[in-house]
Amino acid sequence: MSRILPHPLLTLALILMWLVLTRASLGHLVLGTAVGVGAGLVYARLETGPTRLRSVTALVRLAGVVALDIVRSNAAVAVLIVSSRRHRKSGFVEIPLRLQDPTGLALLAMIITGTPGTAWLEHDRASGVLLLHVFDLKDPEDWRHLIRTRYEALLLEAFA
Amino acid sequence: MTTATLLLAALTFAQLALALAACLAAVRILIGPRAQDRVLALDALYVSVMLLFVTTGLRLGSIFLFEAALVIAVTSFVSNVALAKFLMRGEVIE
Amino acid sequence: MTGLDPLPLWLAVPVALFLVLGSTLTLLGTVGLVRLRSFYDRIHAPTLGTSWGAAAILIASLLSWSWLQDRAMVHEVVIGVFLLITTPVTMMLLGRTALVRDRAKGSPDVPPPAGSRSD
Repeated sequence: MSRILPHPLLTLALILMWLVLTRASLGHLVLGTAVGVGAGLVYARLETGPTRLRSVTALVRLAGVVALDIVRSNAAVAVLIVSSRRHRKSGFVEIPLRLQDPTGLALLAMIITGTPGTAWLEHDRASGVLLLHVFDLKDPEDWRHLIRTRYEALLLEAFA
Repeated sequence: MTTATLLLAALTFAQLALALAACLAAVRILIGPRAQDRVLALDALYVSVMLLFVTTGLRLGSIFLFEAALVIAVTSFVSNVALAKFLMRGEVIE
Repeated sequence: MTGLDPLPLWLAVPVALFLVLGSTLTLLGTVGLVRLRSFYDRIHAPTLGTSWGAAAILIASLLSWSWLQDRAMVHEVVIGVFLLITTPVTMMLLGRTALVRDRAKGSPDVPPPAGSRSD
């Protein structure tokens, strides 16, 4: 936008959060605005590339899918911990990703780590290969298919 | 059963469970075996204690424990990231 | 005696359920932390506490405070969003740390770095 407000949305969100956390008053509005503008300037220094959001509906659909999956995998992992099945096998899975956009990858990392049962270990930017650890691994091919069709396809749709 | 007894029972259960969770995380911090196990358990300990603060705030009817919970969340993030970073760098340079 | 006495029954029941659910999940997460054998298994356990464990307790708190104070209380939302953003960062960093340290030790159980593979 300008030199003083490089990230107007971030600044606005921070001011709103400041007012919500404190009892809203003029003094807090001034203080919150100072913090918001300062944080916007700092964020501009981080040199993250511009994010090109193409489809908001894809993101909304993704949020629904993820919310459902988190509930389901919470139950699954809780049952596995209690029952301590002897033949449960965990293991590493390598998944080649087509997704390149940094924001999309950050979201995918949040989804995978936030869902119990899968952990994001490493992503190689050059080859686009993601290394996952899966708690209850039956067939690696299932997980490759799941990540690529369930999450990555929607993220590819959302980010250019 | 009245509303008060129901809530008292649920709050007591939640507090006991979270305290036990914090103790179990502390056990893992003590037995390790490697440094990354201890950092992972420290993270779980921080989360349990933070949730314990939230439930205690509900029980006492005090809103000020939120600020404490928020501070715990922030310090836990900063300390664990710093620890993990140190573990990664320390051994690689070695 | 709790600070929650004035809650009506229709609100008290979900609050109690969420409290029990959240604390049970957090407890199960740490039980897994102690019981599971390898580090890579254990990294999955605390996510129970940081996903639905925390969410359920924060929802219970949100519901009761909004009733008690006659205004929407969003402190819980701030804590929730903060946990949502920071937990993946910590977990990813810890996962990579474990991987780097195990490779440096020459452990045979972990896959080699992506650059050194033949394909």
